[in-house]
Amino acid sequence: MTWFASPADAAERLTAAGYLADAATATTTFLAGALEKPMLVEGPAGVGKTELAKAVARATGSELVRLQCYEGLDEARALYEWNYKKQLLRIQSSHGEQEWSATHDDIFTEEFLLTRPLLTAIRREEPTVLLIDEVDKTDVEVEGLLLEVLSDFQVTIPELGTVSAVRRPLVFLTSNATRELSEAVKRRCLYLHLDYPDAEREREIVASHVPELDDRVAEQLVATIGRLRELELKKAPSIAESVDWARTLIALEIRDLDDKAVNDTLGVVLKHASDHDRAVRELRLNR
Amino acid sequence: MTPAAPRSGLVDRHIAFLEALRGAGLPVSLAEDLDAVAALTALDWSERLVIRDAYAATLVKRRTQRPTFEALFDIYFPRLVGAGAAPYGEEQGPDESGARDNGQALASFRQELLEALTEGDEQRLARLAADMVGRFGAMPGRGPGLSSWSAYTALQRVSPQQLVDQIVSALLAQGRSEEEAQRVSGRRVGAFTRQVEDDARRRIAEEKGPDHVAKVATRPSIDRVDFTAARKSDLEEMRREIYPLARRLATRLTQEHHARRRGPLDFRRTVRASMSTGGVPLTTHHRPKRPHRTELVVLCDVSGSVANFAQFTLLLVFALQDQFQKVRAFTFIDHVHEVTHHFRPGADVVDVMADLAASTSHAALWGRTNYGRALAKFEEAHPDALGPKSSLLILGDARSNYSDLNADVLVRLARSARHAWWLNPEAVRHWGTGDSAARTYGDIVPMVECRNLTQLGEFVHDLAV
Repeated sequence: MTWFASPADAAERLTAAGYLADAATATTTFLAGALEKPMLVEGPAGVGKTELAKAVARATGSELVRLQCYEGLDEARALYEWNYKKQLLRIQSSHGEQEWSATHDDIFTEEFLLTRPLLTAIRREEPTVLLIDEVDKTDVEVEGLLLEVLSDFQVTIPELGTVSAVRRPLVFLTSNATRELSEAVKRRCLYLHLDYPDAEREREIVASHVPELDDRVAEQLVATIGRLRELELKKAPSIAESVDWARTLIALEIRDLDDKAVNDTLGVVLKHASDHDRAVRELRLNR
Repeated sequence: MTPAAPRSGLVDRHIAFLEALRGAGLPVSLAEDLDAVAALTALDWSERLVIRDAYAATLVKRRTQRPTFEALFDIYFPRLVGAGAAPYGEEQGPDESGARDNGQALASFRQELLEALTEGDEQRLARLAADMVGRFGAMPGRGPGLSSWSAYTALQRVSPQQLVDQIVSALLAQGRSEEEAQRVSGRRVGAFTRQVEDDARRRIAEEKGPDHVAKVATRPSIDRVDFTAARKSDLEEMRREIYPLARRLATRLTQEHHARRRGPLDFRRTVRASMSTGGVPLTTHHRPKRPHRTELVVLCDVSGSVANFAQFTLLLVFALQDQFQKVRAFTFIDHVHEVTHHFRPGADVVDVMADLAASTSHAALWGRTNYGRALAKFEEAHPDALGPKSSLLILGDARSNYSDLNADVLVRLARSARHAWWLNPEAVRHWGTGDSAARTYGDIVPMVECRNLTQLGEFVHDLAV
């Protein structure tokens, strides 16, 4: 199966799925499908990295399998695990009536296998998008595990044998770049750095998420967000926050984003007290 | 015998481009090379930007490498050839484009540039940059291949830097605040200057071949720019990097603390947890380890020669202060002045830096860097600062204007602290030359070269662990 016919096709279908991709995103997504290579998406929080994977799944009608990474994630949580408790029960219930060798064969079967996201994605026969979210949160050892899975798309379970992908999933890895990933992982991936969009695209994104927002207010909102991003803030507002802001304005029935309105609702966008102070001062809101 | 197939030259260009990237420090392996080729065959060659994105997706694996990549891509796959198909000034009639460089042309060009900069119209600026090099930066040669272009000459003639005031007032009229207008105009002029330089490079590449330009003209990525050699626009960009850098470091530190946190076995919890598995202890539980945190005492030379470096290091220490139990900071030139009270938790970076800059004046009584004096003053005025739990961090280039070094004071200071380090923004090969006392001081406390953000990040990480 080909995922996308061309970059333009990718852009179009992503748009239809509710994700407005810029040229680089569309091209890289197309290539990830065409070359069957995993795609590493890096960028600040809230610019739509996870959303991209979800949108690709929607656009191609595939199932999304998601592995949320965290510190301490291990093979058992990422790949597969034996259901120890069930195995114990099985052994205890046989009360030594059965030969050990038979029990042994019994308890290492499909019934006692708990598949975790990576194995699930590899074993699926329908089109699958595998999202490995926030890879940078894992320990370095997990990267090694990912390497094996991502380059060969196969997993070896000692008791059952090797499971290879019948149909390669389209893999997205996202990262906030809090840790530099190893060269080996990067080499196997296509790389896309997603950044804050330009004003025009951001306005379209906000409009597509919050269609009831007035055009003029949307423009004011995007301009203000742009100015906030130019300040030296601890946490610059992301796309997710502009959308939240738009929703807030709708909920509060604010029709004009004047200084007072900005001042009243700034808490939706800025999450640090010092950022708030700075914004108020720079945008001269306390008049 | 079959004659060699005619070559399009594309493969050669591709290889040369890759070589240039490697030359500029990007680790492009054979695997990535093949990926790039595969990507290019999967694509249509109709659009230059698609090709660029494809190359970027397969070859560039770090955001900081992106500017280098773009510069080289522009050299090997130029946006336009010569002055381009649609030169600027077309709408004004042919006579305008004929008069290339005279007073009137310069005046009208500057007017146009001012408008474009005020609006921040990127496309128009790109066109103007190309035009500016073509008109004001041409250095005619005697034959083909001998003419050249100079961004320097063009920038001298047009001097966009002088337009800043006008842009600022125009932006103020649009309702922006003073400080913001300053920053925006500074950034736009900086970006335009870079565009002009890029275009000059492109034209030179056209004359002399890209390989020549790639060798001489690529700049290091922002985290490898020397503190002491950074331009104004670099400094701004570097300051924006500080918080992400601090966050990365903090995350890494917490992760590493956690990884080593596993203490001795907690027997009771383990047994209790084994109840659900029929008394078989499948998972073990451990007692948490008590982390220890260092107290950090920073002694920072803020004289002109190392001001940038001092600023970044203080900023990073400030951003990371929750990783330390306590931070005390002192600045000096020839007199020591405590600045800890500026480091309020949660305070705004820009304010802190402004306060620090304002308090710099206290650090100088005579105005010339004098390490010996500063160390003695520090020992005298703040005897309580250093203790067995604190780490001493001295920042400076150790250039002391041939004054008395008071090495014995440093020995005493280093002894009273748990650890002591010296960060020096100069390259190791300059240590001990001229009035540098780096060798003398370096014998007493370990001295570390710290010239850019990467080295700074590495050091602070090791310090906090």
